[in-house]
Amino acid sequence: MSYVLIIGAKSDIAKATAREYAKHGYDLYLAARNSSELEEFVKDLITRTQQTVKLIELDILDYKSHQAVYDQLEEKPLGVISAIGYLGEQEKAQSNFEEAQQIMDTNYTGVVSLFNIIADDFEKRRSGFIVGISSVAGDRGRKSNYIYGSAKAALTAYLSGLRNRLYDAQVHVLTVKPGFVATKMTEDMDLPEKLTALPEAVAEDIYSAQQKNKNVLYTKWIWRWVMLIIRNIPEWKFKGMSI
Amino acid sequence: MSLMSWGMYPKIKNSVFKFNKNETLKQIINEHDDIIPYGNGRSYGDSALNSNIINVRPKDYFINFDEESGLLHIQAGVLLSEILESYVPRGWFLKVTPGTKLITVGGAIASDIHGKNHHVEGCFSECVQAFQIMLADGKVVTCSKDATPELFKATCGGMGLTGVILDAKIYLKKINSQYIDQTTIKTKNLKETFEAFEEYKNKPYSVAWIDCLAKGNKIGKCLLMVGDFRDDGKLNYTKKKQKSIPFNFPSFALNNLSVKAFNWLYYGKAKDGVSKQRVDIDTFFYPLDAICHWNRIYGKNGFTQYQFILPKETSYQGLEEILAAISKSGKGSFLAVLKLYGKTNDNYLSFPIEGYSLALDFKIEKGLFDLLDKLDEIVVKYEGRIYLTKDVRVNKDTFEKGYPHIETFRQFRKNNKMDRKFQSLQSKRVGI
Repeated sequence: MSYVLIIGAKSDIAKATAREYAKHGYDLYLAARNSSELEEFVKDLITRTQQTVKLIELDILDYKSHQAVYDQLEEKPLGVISAIGYLGEQEKAQSNFEEAQQIMDTNYTGVVSLFNIIADDFEKRRSGFIVGISSVAGDRGRKSNYIYGSAKAALTAYLSGLRNRLYDAQVHVLTVKPGFVATKMTEDMDLPEKLTALPEAVAEDIYSAQQKNKNVLYTKWIWRWVMLIIRNIPEWKFKGMSI
Repeated sequence: MSLMSWGMYPKIKNSVFKFNKNETLKQIINEHDDIIPYGNGRSYGDSALNSNIINVRPKDYFINFDEESGLLHIQAGVLLSEILESYVPRGWFLKVTPGTKLITVGGAIASDIHGKNHHVEGCFSECVQAFQIMLADGKVVTCSKDATPELFKATCGGMGLTGVILDAKIYLKKINSQYIDQTTIKTKNLKETFEAFEEYKNKPYSVAWIDCLAKGNKIGKCLLMVGDFRDDGKLNYTKKKQKSIPFNFPSFALNNLSVKAFNWLYYGKAKDGVSKQRVDIDTFFYPLDAICHWNRIYGKNGFTQYQFILPKETSYQGLEEILAAISKSGKGSFLAVLKLYGKTNDNYLSFPIEGYSLALDFKIEKGLFDLLDKLDEIVVKYEGRIYLTKDVRVNKDTFEKGYPHIETFRQFRKNNKMDRKFQSLQSKRVGI
């Protein structure tokens, strides 16, 4: 038996990733709030793959509960994937701190709280892998989504540090930076087709990058180059742009 | 974003609705007339196109599988490819599959699709034990051949015009290999082709590729491929890396000369007479799925597939006439697929009748529809019919003459208030 723990399991990327790992013979813990809503999805995974799939109730904002949630797992996972993400509303978050805090806490604080616990365990066991789904939005702050972007930037920095720390323990950390993905989160946006990935393609990329112990994955791959350009626009120019 | 069909013609603006729960779907159906369900966009023409579209593809959960009977319960948006990926390694295969695995189960029912084994296993509806469908009034009905025979006969092959299929229970068949023993027979003309079909008709799978540009006494020369599953226990079916056509080819890329070259290469590659090969499932059943977006080779104006079937008694004469007309027109067809079909079923609008069907691809260009109208006349003359799943241009008259149960279907739609609710560009054109 070999479990992978997926947190934020209700997201489209998480579900596609769950299918990808189950297909390759992994058992799954799916953690989410109101996890019972995933019962039909569990049946889907089992019917497709015959793997064992268990639901874990987890509120990423209830930091105090995280240790207990992890302790209750009888068999510890051999890897963890966080697909936690809350885009929020940028304009609202600019004037309403509660919205801003929700964005920061969901995307960053909550993940740190849980990953700290798991990282300690993996480090002790000297095995395991950690995958954090961050975002290209964290590569440079833009006016259209900089609250979300700054939380993802913090997550990216955290994952980078974690990778550095766990290197000696042979625990591998993968930072995933999706560009546009056609999901519930982006349903109302008009996304450019050539730059937009399907969740299934993102999941395949994640699986393959994790298996190969890659450090940073941009998906679609073209985003590595898009963001290289965007990061290199001089600030005096960038501050006047709308992208 | 507007949805297109596989032929990329016509390109129209549409509003696309998605639903997670049945209540949402009920509301969508309540609030809109003139709406059509859409699966994975693999029908070629306008049968799943309209200004309002219900996208069923996201409904892709597997629900249950019974190892004893091979009965698989899935939601309507599941792709056949997903079923194969999960179940071929466990020794199960689809009883009926078309030449692409990239279609949804709902689409397979709505088109009552058929495959290379139609002469043995019939259409897709043969493996459907039951399905759930939401009707025009928002009611969800469990439909089966025995419990609701009319609805079953109207919905299987009914092109999505009776409601939105939500899930289905389908029987899979046991296999003990993912490999097929294939026999290829190279023929020199139509007469030999027909003889070969007759000679190999006890083989469960058969299909022929015809060289449409052959002239004179070579008309109808083909490669007939027949086969059956091996029994070697090798079930290691894995997804292959796909090649992709990244953009639309310029429309002049495909002309008479390039098609001739392709057909010559394809035909020339095969040994004379009879030869044997061992091929895998994807090569045998889904050769074109290996190339993602192959529809782009026809250029941005799109293409159509002309598929008709003629009764067995008139097939030879009719095909000879149609092949001659195509050859004379010089319009290239990349793929011309000939197949012998078995008995017709009871469904009102299912395509197959006992006889021979030919399917040809044409890029959309000036003069094409005139040619196809001429071919229609020959099809009607020989009492044949056109396949709605591929069609984008057939007229009402030709359609009606081919489908004797159309009145029953119309009446059924009217009685159940489906006629205004569920419509496609195609259903309006041919007056279903």
